[in-house]
Amino acid sequence: MSVRRHVMSVTVRDQPGVLVRIAALFARRGYNIESLSVAQTHEPGMSRTTFVVTGEDAHVEQMQKQLQKLIDVIKVIDHSEGPYVDRELMLIKVAVRNPDDRVEMRQIAQDFRARIIDVARNALVFEVTGDEAKTDAFIEQMRNFGVLDLIRTGRVALPRTASRNGTSGAAADDRTASRSRVA
Amino acid sequence: MNGAAAVLKALERQGVTTVFGYPGGAIMPIYDALYDSPIQHVLVRHEQAGAHAADAYYRASGRVGVCFATSGPGATNLVTGLATAYMDSSAVVAVTGNVPLSLIGTDAFQEADVTGVTLPVTKHNYLVKDVRDLPRVLAEAFHIARSGRPGPVLVDVPKDVQQAAFEGDFDVEIDLPGYRPTVVGNARQIRRAAEAIEAAERPVLMVGGGAQVAADEVEAFTRLTGIPVITTLMGIGAYPGGAAQSLGMPGMHGTVTANRAVSHCDLIVGAGLRFDDRVTGKLSRFAPNATIVHIDIDPAEISKLVKAHVPVVGDLRDVLPRLTELLGPLELGDWWKQLDAWKASYPERYKTDKPLVSQEVIALLAKETGGDCIVTTEVGQHQMFAARLFPTNRPRTWISSGGLGTMGFGLPAAIGAAFARPGETVVCVAGDGSIQMNIQELATVYKHQLPIVIAITNNGMLGMVRQWQEMFHAQRYSEVYLADSNPDFAKLAEAYGIDGYNVFDRETAARLVPEVLARKKPALINFVVYESEKVFPMVPAGAGVDEMIIGDQEADEAEGVSA
Ligand SMILES: Cc1ncc(C[n+]2csc(CCOP(=O)(O)OP(=O)(O)O)c2C)c(N)n1
Ligand SMILES: [Mg+2]
Repeated sequence: MSVRRHVMSVTVRDQPGVLVRIAALFARRGYNIESLSVAQTHEPGMSRTTFVVTGEDAHVEQMQKQLQKLIDVIKVIDHSEGPYVDRELMLIKVAVRNPDDRVEMRQIAQDFRARIIDVARNALVFEVTGDEAKTDAFIEQMRNFGVLDLIRTGRVALPRTASRNGTSGAAADDRTASRSRVA
Repeated sequence: MNGAAAVLKALERQGVTTVFGYPGGAIMPIYDALYDSPIQHVLVRHEQAGAHAADAYYRASGRVGVCFATSGPGATNLVTGLATAYMDSSAVVAVTGNVPLSLIGTDAFQEADVTGVTLPVTKHNYLVKDVRDLPRVLAEAFHIARSGRPGPVLVDVPKDVQQAAFEGDFDVEIDLPGYRPTVVGNARQIRRAAEAIEAAERPVLMVGGGAQVAADEVEAFTRLTGIPVITTLMGIGAYPGGAAQSLGMPGMHGTVTANRAVSHCDLIVGAGLRFDDRVTGKLSRFAPNATIVHIDIDPAEISKLVKAHVPVVGDLRDVLPRLTELLGPLELGDWWKQLDAWKASYPERYKTDKPLVSQEVIALLAKETGGDCIVTTEVGQHQMFAARLFPTNRPRTWISSGGLGTMGFGLPAAIGAAFARPGETVVCVAGDGSIQMNIQELATVYKHQLPIVIAITNNGMLGMVRQWQEMFHAQRYSEVYLADSNPDFAKLAEAYGIDGYNVFDRETAARLVPEVLARKKPALINFVVYESEKVFPMVPAGAGVDEMIIGDQEADEAEGVSA
């Protein structure tokens, strides 16, 4: 059994309570979610939830099947099954204690391609996008100056190829069996 | 027409003829509309009983069971019933009233977050905010409840939505893009299943509650192949308990033969079941040598607990005939020799050298009905004895709370079954503890003169708990004694207008049972039985099925044993 990090996306209908259903499922079945983000998609009435979970493959597969059973869940993608791109967005407020700091911080921001989105007398707010390794590294760099506050969106992800649609179709083997629609 | 009338119209269009329910403030418009409706409403005496009756109505007939309750306490009283139906995959639609939309979220009088409370115990639920949505929501509710893996669906209708004017169309499109159950099994998987079955030397078929819809298909499969059949608690009746190929029930209180078969087989075809822990015992010791072919309509059940080597997702009515077509008679001579030897060594035994025991009462009921009746049970020792000694021979006739193990299920279930299948005798096998959990339903039985025989095996104990205390808690009998304060059950029945009997000896039992059954009217028989009987075999919780304690099922254990 391999324990891995899985980035999953769930496309849902915008129905009242759909997030509650997903959250309740995680809680009830004991799935530990590291991050979760939700927003609408380009299709009207559809939202996408992206979350990160670490667990045994079989455990995560069971979670995928349970999610698929929710009536308002349209499809579930485990991005870890193929190539995908993912990003997270972080806003981080860092203390500016003297003018030299300000220069040094700007330099670091440039290296990270982070943007300064707010400038105050004693603080700067940066916007950083990237994978978690990058945002983590940025936080490390800023620690010396004094991190006052930060917020991260959690990961969002998309499969890289056009064809991967997540769960659908009839059961052909164990993997795909899990993907057919539930009762 | 208002929303309330639209609810009833929508139910009618689903073919609903009978509803179990209980009124109250927030559902009064629906009860008002009921006054003019052809739908028969059965006034239960507790909403929990309404939900159980609706559940059993489905289990007995295959037609979706419907129950009504008012907001707040009425709706929360449904919860145990919904959870019971959810665990046993029973198609129920519950309609609840709620406070008017403008009051929702204000902690109004008799307001409860019913969709919130029932979310984890329903297949789906709805709060209807617009009267125009009623036909679609109800059509979806029935569709979801009865299709795929069946389950309960709750529709919560605020009072002002019930009162709002409705002028709409009932020919609605169901709009459920995320819900498409897989019915048709994958051909390659079915072929793989057939190959595995052909290669096996010691196969068994294990059928669960999902097989209740596919009894004919199970029969055809087993007749052709000659495969031995194990029926789980939920599968009883889907394959005749009396058939020569039947090995009985597996698991915690299964038969020696069924459990030995599980331990020794080299293949299990699991059909319409979910390998519940009461069936498997300790997973690592469950069927250690077996290839698992798992056929179920719910993909999430496959490899959830027991790894399936050959998974087949689909409806048994599709998969089994296609599988049967690929197979012929199997060569199982040696395997049957072994199984028959176990069967011969371990017939059902119980002692008759003591006062009356539960087992002989239940065996007597089985003998006098010939299994040709509907059996419902409460939960406890009597339930296990009934599973073993009173299995029925037709599908949808053995109705018991399996997954949730709900005491208080049996009597309302008998009511639901009696309405679902008029003309059939219903025997409710009950314990003295369980029966008191919904005893108020004697009124419903009386009112409709339902042909229900309630047989209480009264051991004066919460017998099953007592058994665990005796075996695993050093005989510390904590809070299981009922005898000092049980009611006089015969008098209690009489108080409700129902024939009641207290029976203390086997001669009276033998005389009375056929007499009462022949009358085809409500009756309660309270059999006062030996208090310390235990259900054997028993696989202790957490142990493997190969570690079962055979107990008094062991041959020549003592004299006075009757088979
Ligand atoms: C609602 C509910 N509460 C508690 C239990 C736990 N429980 C399981 S069996 C049992 C004893 C049942 O006693 P009785 O109905 O007299 O049956 P017996 O075992 O004596 O045949 C109890 C308390 C349960 N299953 N359901
Ligand atoms: Mg008892």
